[in-house]
Amino acid sequence: MAKDEFTPRTFKVVGTRPPRPDGLDKVTGRARYGADMSAPGMLIGLCLRSPHAHARIKSIDTSAAEAMKGVKAVVTRADFTTTPEDQGTRDILDNVMAGEKALYDGHTVAAVAATSRSVARAALKAIKVEYEVLPHVVDVDEAMKPDAPVLHEGRQQESVPKGYSQNVLARSQYGHGDIEAGFKKADIIVERSFTTAATHQGYIEPHACLATMGNDGQGDLWCCTQGHYMVRNTCSAILGMDAGRLKVTASEIGGGFGGKTTVFLEPVALMLSKKAGKPVKMTMSRDEVLRASGPTASTSIDIKIGMTKEGKITAAQGEFRYQSGAFYAMNGALGAMCGFAPYDLENLQSVGWEVVTNRPKAAAYRAPGAPMAAFAVESVMDELAKELDMDPIELRLKNAAEEGTKSAYGPTYPAIGLKATLEAAKAHPHWSAPLGKNQGRGLACGFWFNFGGDTCVSLMINPDGTVSLSEGNPDIGGSRAAMTMMAAEELGIPYEHVRTVIADTATLGQNEVTDGSRVTFAVGLATIKAARHAIEIMKTRAAATWGIEPDAVEWVDGAAQPAGPNAGKFPPMTLKEIAAIASNTGGPIAGHHEVNAEGAGVSFGTHIADTEVDPETGAVKVVRYTVFQDAGKAVHPDYVEGQLQGGAVQGIGWALNEEYIYGKDGTLQNAGYLDYRIPVASDLPMIEPVILEIPNPGHPYGVRGVGETGIVPPLATLANAVSRAAGVRMTSLPMSPPKLLAAIKAS
Amino acid sequence: MSRIHVNTTINGDATDYLCEAEDTLLDVLRDQLDMTGSKEGCASGDCGACTVRLDGRLVCSCLVLGAEAEGRTVETIEGMADGETLHPLQKNFIDKAALQCGICTPGILVAAKDLLERNPDPTEEEVRYWLAGNLCRCTGYDKIIRTVLETAAEMRGAA
Ligand code: FES
Ligand code: FES
Repeated sequence: MAKDEFTPRTFKVVGTRPPRPDGLDKVTGRARYGADMSAPGMLIGLCLRSPHAHARIKSIDTSAAEAMKGVKAVVTRADFTTTPEDQGTRDILDNVMAGEKALYDGHTVAAVAATSRSVARAALKAIKVEYEVLPHVVDVDEAMKPDAPVLHEGRQQESVPKGYSQNVLARSQYGHGDIEAGFKKADIIVERSFTTAATHQGYIEPHACLATMGNDGQGDLWCCTQGHYMVRNTCSAILGMDAGRLKVTASEIGGGFGGKTTVFLEPVALMLSKKAGKPVKMTMSRDEVLRASGPTASTSIDIKIGMTKEGKITAAQGEFRYQSGAFYAMNGALGAMCGFAPYDLENLQSVGWEVVTNRPKAAAYRAPGAPMAAFAVESVMDELAKELDMDPIELRLKNAAEEGTKSAYGPTYPAIGLKATLEAAKAHPHWSAPLGKNQGRGLACGFWFNFGGDTCVSLMINPDGTVSLSEGNPDIGGSRAAMTMMAAEELGIPYEHVRTVIADTATLGQNEVTDGSRVTFAVGLATIKAARHAIEIMKTRAAATWGIEPDAVEWVDGAAQPAGPNAGKFPPMTLKEIAAIASNTGGPIAGHHEVNAEGAGVSFGTHIADTEVDPETGAVKVVRYTVFQDAGKAVHPDYVEGQLQGGAVQGIGWALNEEYIYGKDGTLQNAGYLDYRIPVASDLPMIEPVILEIPNPGHPYGVRGVGETGIVPPLATLANAVSRAAGVRMTSLPMSPPKLLAAIKAS
Repeated sequence: MSRIHVNTTINGDATDYLCEAEDTLLDVLRDQLDMTGSKEGCASGDCGACTVRLDGRLVCSCLVLGAEAEGRTVETIEGMADGETLHPLQKNFIDKAALQCGICTPGILVAAKDLLERNPDPTEEEVRYWLAGNLCRCTGYDKIIRTVLETAAEMRGAA
């Protein structure tokens, strides 16, 4: 429908920076997050976790725990008697409660609910688990070898060639043209191998929930999640109950970044509550979050790029091997699709591999799979720029994808903003600023698909002329403000007249998880359409009042008015006036919209970093950082900037410090913030965000998602900056001081 | 299990509670007094989400026992606003978008207020080091640091 499409307009509310509706609650400590809820008679639930990386569970004896005073329920896998229909949900069940085998250090094998935390802790100690410890594997390249310890038998897809371990679950190939012919045309070819460590989203709020399951088959669940509809659907499938009988309410959420797009505690808490007949609250410790939620893949990547001496790519090839923990996840494929997406390539072959290992199953982390791929590809691009003595921006502009380019993953691009970010970077004073001693400047580009998906919005016109908006996506970084703004814009009323709430699962239809940078795009689209629906009704009411045809009424600046002189002469009726008489003109007025939103509009960014390397210690200081990203249209620029800054800093942590360290026994050695060190305020400079606005043709206001792309370029940006500062190419992340020092010494 | 009776002052109000010997001050605030503004991000002193003031000094309430609050004064995020009037830091954190998810915000506000009371004119570096014990994963700290600096300037102007 033409109405969905972008039409240029002058905005009144969109593009301003009003205070967010949840601000007061959040600065006063009143906002209720996952762990902030309690219920009368509530029990405390805790998990017993495997101390082994890979072990057969021979027996579990819970009798002593069950006999303890204050222990109200103990559950093991035997209590989960339903087998979910689809493989993905069966994997989730296997992940939240181990079946025959414990597959990683921290895998839940049993859980208890008791009257206090101390009793619950004592009960965990009283559970006896007999394990048969099995050989384990945590490294992606090791796990692919034919003689590697195998996690699951018979799960390998046909796409995997012979000669690999059963741990290799899938292989997928993208590209076009003829790479052999392409490489023949090259004047210069660079070929490199890279590795990246697994990292964690590091949200400050651990997973938490409060579950109430009655013997009437009805359940209530409060939890911190990026998608309470997903929680409802997954938990009801695992518990074998009707989705409609489980009501899930999303708490305020203390960060997610993709890590809260699945369930961990929730089905266990519901089962404990069912067995105990009382509400059960569960919260993870930080140690549990790191050991047993959903970190990223670690990777091993080969990149080969050929170029003419003028800097035009003739062929590109990539092998993206990703281990995603103990269960299948599509990560290597995403890497293979995203790595080369910024470029217009005649000849490309890009292959993704999905490998399982004895680690917790990877969850999404902002543009899942893309940052590592960009690290590898953009490092080789930087090396080619150096070899050809070309400006890294010029080199990229020569090859940059634009409208009409056939993308690395297949489709042809509509209007995109990559070149605009490169031009903006070239023109920015940062790019030409002088560098100090031991400093280097790096630049890299990044791509993310963005997503739309199932969305429902309901918009009520209240009798006093204010508006209540219900949406179904947890607000992680200011999206309620953005929805409020779009509703106010479309209705033509002040921002303060609209209040937006996140509805529970019983109040709206299905909503896709807050992921894929989808919310401002898709929920925004549905909000605008719900407002248009309400406007149609209000126009009808005005028309009836005036005794003219609804077609003869138009909506201007928050009021109905006759459309042109032929329609009749009536003074405009404001939204407030129409609302006041709604009861007499046909009843309450509400608009709604339900859609599977398409046309999300892909996103590109370019980052510049200056780093200073201490040649004696290998320590890296980031001295300047600038982000250029296309937002389509920035609805609330403060929160767009916040996404760009936050994503960049997470990427800086990934590049320099963060890593999952496993011991020889396959157990995680750094399960705490002291040893898994995320960037702190004193590590960083200001992060300058530059927002570009190349309208997304698929959204009425031109909006594109902005949440994820910001983490894609920083790994490569930092690697290029550090490599130039240190005079040695860094191909392994994180570039921690010992690693960098060793590389400097070896060069 | 015998419990300990503690008399203390929280945000200016005389308060008493019973706690187990192993309960931290954070446990007591959150689970017994329903003051859930202080958050638990790690329970090991590494994230600062639980920051409160104890007898005028910043502490991680996850590293203080509930029993240790006997006879002392505790200040939490719940006491930062004066009735309806927000502290300038609170107001500016909203106006200048210095929070995204907001889970780190109570700890950061308590710590930043303490800084500005000790040093009304901090440099950017001083703010960054003062807040180095308060992790924020959403913002990259940029808007937090700017807001603290701008609030300091505003408060100096008003004083
Ligand atoms: S919870 Fe106290 S420092 Fe993290
Ligand atoms: S705003 Fe989310 S952790 Fe700081």
